[in-house]
Amino acid sequence: MKSLKNHISLIIALFTVLASVQIYVAVDRTIAAYESHLKSDYSVIVVANKAFTPKEFTTMSSMIERSEPISTAQVLERLKGEMSEKNLALLKLTLPKFYRIYLNRFPTPNEINNLQKKLQRNTAIERVEGFSQTHDTVYKLMLLFKDVVQVFSIAIAAVTSLLILKEMRLWQFQHAERMNIMALFGAPVWLRSAVLFRLAIVDAIIATLILCFAFFIIDYYGILTLPLKEIGINVQLFNFVNDALRSLAISLGISIALTFTIVMFHSEEE
Amino acid sequence: MDKVIIAENLSLSYKEFETIISKATFSINSGEFVFITGASGSGKSTLLKSFYGAIEPRQGNLSVGGVKMNRISTSKLNFLRRHIGIVFQDYKLIKEWTIEKNVMLPLIISGYTGDVSGAQVQKLLGHVKLTHQAGKYPPELSGGEQQRVAMARALAHNPILILADEPTGNLDEYSSSVIWSLLEGANTQLKTTVIVVTHHIPEGLKVPYKHYHIEFGNINEIS
Repeated sequence: MKSLKNHISLIIALFTVLASVQIYVAVDRTIAAYESHLKSDYSVIVVANKAFTPKEFTTMSSMIERSEPISTAQVLERLKGEMSEKNLALLKLTLPKFYRIYLNRFPTPNEINNLQKKLQRNTAIERVEGFSQTHDTVYKLMLLFKDVVQVFSIAIAAVTSLLILKEMRLWQFQHAERMNIMALFGAPVWLRSAVLFRLAIVDAIIATLILCFAFFIIDYYGILTLPLKEIGINVQLFNFVNDALRSLAISLGISIALTFTIVMFHSEEE
Repeated sequence: MDKVIIAENLSLSYKEFETIISKATFSINSGEFVFITGASGSGKSTLLKSFYGAIEPRQGNLSVGGVKMNRISTSKLNFLRRHIGIVFQDYKLIKEWTIEKNVMLPLIISGYTGDVSGAQVQKLLGHVKLTHQAGKYPPELSGGEQQRVAMARALAHNPILILADEPTGNLDEYSSSVIWSLLEGANTQLKTTVIVVTHHIPEGLKVPYKHYHIEFGNINEIS
């Protein structure tokens, strides 16, 4: 019963570390998907006094994916009744060219500023509107959210690692007598502590399986993905092969490293 | 005759200024049966501990089985211990293991296969009259039975040296006689060196023995 309690304590602690890492990864993926969603909606408006070809724009910055001219026909159509044909033709000739520029990624506020400066270096470009105010607020909120989750994940991982270390110390006390007896008969360190390593590995595998199961349920029933879909974010929160392997590696890494630490600091009874 | 233990000006202590054994010089030959006696706290057990490397010499030299014990490395110490059988007053059996597995411990450590170690364990459990208890756990056995298990374990890997610390201290007459006859048998038949720390040398022992007595940190040979 006591041994089962110890196992459960370690499994819960390992699961907490893995869950905090997985939540961070899921938030990162959600933000990346949101960035991609924003990117498809986001564009920079350029006002120029001469016509530009799409190729000319793409050579100005590697960030520019494509460009399209904004038609002035609708505006001129509206003015048809209010102006003479001659004036309208004159206006058509003097009206600047409007372009919508799409980027290949969602830019940071700095990247927008740099892009604006780059475009305005061309004398034919009169004005560049990056909508940086709106863009800044959304992006900064997103980054803040990501940072908060990251800090929480690190804090949880650190606190839980200490708990695991404490738990393993208890294991060491429980197994100290056996380890000392084995040492008296010349057992090498790996053989004396084999049982500790075995327990740590088994618990690491169990914690990973529980995490995979939990995220499978979340993914399968769309507990998080459906609400995200509703706001236009299509994201796979849990990648079964990569995430499961990474979680297993983290879990085994932590438990083996901590077991190794307590084995190394174990002093033989005289 | 080969010397299993050589001590030259050996001093032992747990703390720097508290010498337990002082500048002792003696040697124990291979195949000898040796008793070490002395009052409680005289340093008998400390001396025995130094033979299996649980305490390092403070001064002087100590060599066990040709291995120098001064600043011995862990791997060398493990190697040496695989050739020593130790019997403790408090048995030191692994409670979570069956009697059979406890006896098998030195064989597991030495890397023997299951068949070889299984046969050896059965033979030894027969010698200590505990074949019927093989599947039980140490807490299910009496003190005398547990010490017989510890004795079987000490003999399992045919050690060159057996160290026994008060092996019959708390035992009934029957268990004591089994232990002494096994120690005598190992010494006479297998030519194993036996060193026993005890308060009283048993009467009626059939083997010739050497007797060291410890008093005030000095080791004196009595006979």
